[in-house]
Amino acid sequence: MWQFFHKLGSPKWFYGIATRLMPWLLAAGALLLLSGVVWGLAFAPKDYLQGNSYRIIYIHVPAAFLAQSAYIMMAVAAVVTLVWRMKLADVFVKAVAPVGLWLTFLALFTGAVWGKPTWGTWWVWDARLTSMLILLFLYGGVIALGRAISDEKSAARATAVLVLVGVVNIPIIKYSVEWWNTLHQPATFKLTEKPSMPPEMWVPLLLSVLGLYLIFGWLACIRMQSEILIRESRTRWVRELVMAGRN
Amino acid sequence: MAFESLSAFIAMEGHGPYVWTCYAVFFLCLVALMLQSLRRRRALLDEYRRALAQRDRAARDNARTAATFTRVDVPQD
Repeated sequence: MWQFFHKLGSPKWFYGIATRLMPWLLAAGALLLLSGVVWGLAFAPKDYLQGNSYRIIYIHVPAAFLAQSAYIMMAVAAVVTLVWRMKLADVFVKAVAPVGLWLTFLALFTGAVWGKPTWGTWWVWDARLTSMLILLFLYGGVIALGRAISDEKSAARATAVLVLVGVVNIPIIKYSVEWWNTLHQPATFKLTEKPSMPPEMWVPLLLSVLGLYLIFGWLACIRMQSEILIRESRTRWVRELVMAGRN
Repeated sequence: MAFESLSAFIAMEGHGPYVWTCYAVFFLCLVALMLQSLRRRRALLDEYRRALAQRDRAARDNARTAATFTRVDVPQD
């Protein structure tokens, strides 16, 4: 167990595992995402209330879901950074923050474009939308803080603290549609209840969420590899890797 | 199929522009992010490869120079 934990912290070991894992993540992720999207766009029935504009859900929900999941994963990594000083955890935070920023932007953008035909407005300052905008700023803050501090260890600790402070925002996003009056519809998937849609609508949504999850995994792997290469550029194993000419 | 023809699929009963804008932006951003991540790793590996090759060349040049110095014949008597 402890040996496994120790290995998990080893950048060299992670680099090798990631290289082996990535083709599978990419292939399975692309397949799931594309089949979910094609199914949702062309085959799922039209919504009786919103018409065809609801088909944006097949990218909006995956982006929003991953944007929040990525932040929770970053928070776990931040705890690991602070408590165990594991290098790989900080590598994860640094590698994933830009991905989270993009996903949050995409969730906000697709939401705005969906809002126009559905609510008649691009944007309202209600709880769900505002808390999501705060998530965007949190990601931006984490990236900026990481870049502003040149000492690697101080940067790791400062960003970890910021990530943990920002975690308050996640339950606010999640429950905003229940706590406050909002234009935003409630969650499609809940752990305790049946989905609020028929299967021919929610199965493709589940596929696209899983697909984007796997593509996120691929992105995390490759970006962590780049970060590891920068940090370990003077070590022997990186030299051997570079000499061998393989990635 | 939820649509009767290709044109109906593209028009989406008037919601086409909204739906297609979202999908275009989503996939453009996602693919751009993936390509940028791939290119960054490749650039790092190339950079290190070049630096290592340069160091090797410098080391070889040094060795050659050192060798000419050691082979100087010095008469012993």
